[in-house]
Amino acid sequence: MLNSQDKSLLYAKEEIIKWILRFFASVSILTTLGIIIILFKETFAFFNEVSIIEFFTSATWAPMIKPRSFGILPLVVGTLMIAVGSSIISIPIGLGSAIYLSEYASKEWSKVIKPILEILAGIPSVVYGFFALTFITPLIQKILPQTGVFNAASASIAVGIMIIPMVASLSEDAMRSVPDSIRHGAYALGATKFQVVVKTVIPAAFSGIISSFILGISRAIGETMIVAIAAGASSELNLNPLQSIQTMTGFMVNASLGETPRGTIEYKTLFVVGALLFVMTLIMNLFAKLIVQAHEEGY
Amino acid sequence: MEEQIKQKQVDEPNITKFQIDKSEKRRRLKGMLFEKILFLCTIFGVVVLVILLFDVFRTGFSWLDADFINSFPSRFPKNAGLKSALVGSIWVIGLVTLISFPLGVGTAIYLEEYADKNSWFFRILKLNIANLAGVPSVVYGMLGLAVFVEFLGFGRSILAGAATLSLLILPVIIVAAQEAIRSVPSNIKEGAYALGATRWQVIKGIILPYAAPGIFTGVILAVSRAMGEAAPLILVGAVGYVPFLPRGPMDTFTVLPIQIFNWVSRPQAEFQNVAAAGIIVLLVILLSTNGFAIFLRNKYQR
Repeated sequence: MLNSQDKSLLYAKEEIIKWILRFFASVSILTTLGIIIILFKETFAFFNEVSIIEFFTSATWAPMIKPRSFGILPLVVGTLMIAVGSSIISIPIGLGSAIYLSEYASKEWSKVIKPILEILAGIPSVVYGFFALTFITPLIQKILPQTGVFNAASASIAVGIMIIPMVASLSEDAMRSVPDSIRHGAYALGATKFQVVVKTVIPAAFSGIISSFILGISRAIGETMIVAIAAGASSELNLNPLQSIQTMTGFMVNASLGETPRGTIEYKTLFVVGALLFVMTLIMNLFAKLIVQAHEEGY
Repeated sequence: MEEQIKQKQVDEPNITKFQIDKSEKRRRLKGMLFEKILFLCTIFGVVVLVILLFDVFRTGFSWLDADFINSFPSRFPKNAGLKSALVGSIWVIGLVTLISFPLGVGTAIYLEEYADKNSWFFRILKLNIANLAGVPSVVYGMLGLAVFVEFLGFGRSILAGAATLSLLILPVIIVAAQEAIRSVPSNIKEGAYALGATRWQVIKGIILPYAAPGIFTGVILAVSRAMGEAAPLILVGAVGYVPFLPRGPMDTFTVLPIQIFNWVSRPQAEFQNVAAAGIIVLLVILLSTNGFAIFLRNKYQR
């Protein structure tokens, strides 16, 4: 039997452990708060020096050299080019693989393919950047000789390839959660496999599929190393995918490679671009979540 | 006349049968074509992986030797090596494991075993972890720069980099550990409670040993992701040229992905070979740790 002193010691220990674990858990909340506070603080300081109208409407981005100009437009356009370009690769191919893995592939095949897709997803983005620069760009140059060494197209393709596994696995999950009874019902009406997949499974999994697309695009917007290596660093407004561009993330890397002491306008610029990136991806991620929640059907 | 009627009777079903066959054939052809296209999509990833590995090995394999592993970076591609990057990566990853393992697993234990699932704290935590997983890695770099480098005064050090990467992979570890803890059958837990064990005794004696393989798999996968990250560390101030070995956690540093980035960005063509050799080293480390994690998962999968 435990005497009462041992017992209270035991209880005290239990309480202490509980509080330690609760503290550990709150670190993740502190992380979010930290991100919001520092981005907000430096952004506020930035707009004390630069007009918010200039920031959103000017088409010239030259924050590092005098005469300085702070029009974010070229960076946003560059970022959107990568987002659209990578989606052209990642969405159809990711969805195609998802349909195949969920509806057609045998179990043995899935067991072979899925780990390979996992490996593809685990390859660091510097490696994709190297691949874009040394393989994809020369390939594009062979077909279109006017292509620059650094260009948006090559980086987009590499980002798209990197995102395929993510779109594939999220869409596959959505399609797998469609109950077999729905498939069987369609078969019983005489539908072929193609009709079952296209007319019943995909519509039933639609919200999950769309949400995987949005998360893929959000990931492309935040992707950094591939664009820093392969897309170039031209901050001029440019819509030609065969030319050098700069994304928001690419700017952040290039700026950090130089000197950005705290308190300078360069330092604040870094954070204001980061804040815009954070807000853009956060909105997309929340949106993706809302779509799934709104369409969650109880089968 | 009779002959004609008979002929017609015979012909008519034949015609319709032929028509059915035709549309049925088209339907089947469409289905087959669809399946072939889907198969090509699936195989695309495999093909790209093979090309990528081939490209890297072709460019870098002949540059890979003991000298390369044992040399410091250099302005001359022939002399360049990744000694300081390799040691830097080991330092960073060691610290990341030390920081993120207790934080992540502790959070998972709290969420699964302590927290009241209806409380506001639990809901905010869950939403927060899900959202953190979608924050771009450069943004963690900003956090690291402002909080660890500047505010806490760690400077552009290994510790600042490791702390930043720990926060980055924390959501991944938490989710993996939660799944592992959830897989512990409740009858064993309840058996232990029935014997009078306290909550912590149940966690220590039953839950953690049972969930260990799943937790380790998740942690290894997360840490190997941290090993491939470059962007947040560039923000935190890791540099591409470090011609010495770090002696402690407060030293400046470089890591493999940043060293590779530095080489890739150089205009001389020969540095692409050096970069490829560095990538081979990085991929060998990552693939073997990931392979080990997947082996662990398959061996203990219940």
